[in-house]
Amino acid sequence: METFVFFYFASIIVVTAGFVVALKNPVYSALALLVMFFHVAGLFVTLHAEFLAIIQILVYAGAILVLYLFVVMLLNLKREEHFHGQFIVGLFLGCVLFAEAVLLVLKGETTLGGNLSASAAPLELTRGNTESIGELLYSTYLFPFEVASLILLVAMVGAVILTKKGILEAKS
Amino acid sequence: MDTVIRLGLTLSQIGAVMVAVLLTVALLTLLERKVLGWMQDRMGPMEVGPYGVLQPVADGLKLFFKEDIIPAGANKFMFSMAPILSLVPALIGFAVIPFGPDWTVDVGGVDFKPFVITDINIGVLYILAFASIGAYGIILGGWSSNSKYSLLGGLRSAAQLISYELNVGLSIVGVLLLSSSLSLVTITNAQAGGFWNWYFFAWGSFPQAIAFVVFIISSVAETNRTPFDLPEAESELVAGFFTEYSGMRFAFFFLAEYGNMILVSCVATVLFFGGWHAPVEILQGPESLHWLTGMFWFTFKVYGFLFLFFWIRATLPRLRYDQLMRFGWKVLLPIALGNIVLTSIFAYIFP
Repeated sequence: METFVFFYFASIIVVTAGFVVALKNPVYSALALLVMFFHVAGLFVTLHAEFLAIIQILVYAGAILVLYLFVVMLLNLKREEHFHGQFIVGLFLGCVLFAEAVLLVLKGETTLGGNLSASAAPLELTRGNTESIGELLYSTYLFPFEVASLILLVAMVGAVILTKKGILEAKS
Repeated sequence: MDTVIRLGLTLSQIGAVMVAVLLTVALLTLLERKVLGWMQDRMGPMEVGPYGVLQPVADGLKLFFKEDIIPAGANKFMFSMAPILSLVPALIGFAVIPFGPDWTVDVGGVDFKPFVITDINIGVLYILAFASIGAYGIILGGWSSNSKYSLLGGLRSAAQLISYELNVGLSIVGVLLLSSSLSLVTITNAQAGGFWNWYFFAWGSFPQAIAFVVFIISSVAETNRTPFDLPEAESELVAGFFTEYSGMRFAFFFLAEYGNMILVSCVATVLFFGGWHAPVEILQGPESLHWLTGMFWFTFKVYGFLFLFFWIRATLPRLRYDQLMRFGWKVLLPIALGNIVLTSIFAYIFP
């Protein structure tokens, strides 16, 4: 049953991710991305990570993608050119990533697969996983967490300065 | 066998909740006009049935038999998808609302909670997540109609929903800090005993009254009600994102708006006003009658909030777009953040 559910989610993710780049209408692409986000959230649920699943929907589908759609509608792009100049770069990177994935799958039979199932087993189900994530974030991963929040703060200040630039120059 | 019983129980529960919600929506369409009428010294609808009580039936029949028009140049697929995308998130949130006592009944070997469809440990986030998905229906409805009024309504709505969603999320953090849980059932149980334990008053800790005011204002904005109904402003945008809709598709948008109103009232009841708990212990009655008094108090509080929605609509004029944005980001957001800081300090000193 679990394998079946996994393959359902995984195949839909792959297909819709393909649609995101292949569809000509940018609004359809955004909707394909929406469907993909929901299926990624589904994968998280099968891993007993409900918190991550809901955050996935709340942040990506509920906020970021809405902004994308907003921009797409404002720009009113009708028919996007299908292949741009960066197609060759993308193809190259795609090949590299694909080779990496193949290598991982081939090697995973012996080392990686064993590790994965071992690390997934002692998952604590006694407490809610919201609590566990909170504790991990503020103990083991405190430094990366603070760095991430600092980067976000810098981005925010940067956005404010970029929008205020014209106003400040006009005054002086 | 267990799976079959569980499936049957859950499906019947979902059915019961959906029927209750849709009946409430039908009742609300009448109540809203009656309340608005009385506040403006009129009678409201009086023609269909005694005192106009059959008006919802007449409205429903009218919407059902109306011609379904798709405007020329509209994106047909998106045009039909949009109402569904806006109705489903409005109804799906009721899955985690506890309507009555936290009982567990044994039915044929299956543990069954009769008054909540599912008690997941991230209930609050679940409701927030699906409330934010509701924006897609409005944006896509506005975009696919191929009309500039609809497009403008959709764009306004997207900006408004994103801005005010943040305030809804931040205003309930105080409650989450005090109850140290994201499950709506646990939050309700933590408020038992009397009205001074409700998080609105929160005796012995930091009262969440300010957070409640922020929550109510932001939810009025999120449900696109007056005075925040810019996405559907009649006088400027004809009817905003659903200008081009008619018949059942229009009815879906309508149901979604009222469904969202009920959902927001339910969330306010559960988070700030003790859910199904009576204001004082005596009014709760004996243990065996808790299901009845519980349902009564829950419904009573929800209808109180719905009345508040009508009252606000009858009282306040619509905001201008820049006022709306400034109010959300420069007034409500700092208040919500300040509430979080104060609540954390109080929760640390008086655990």
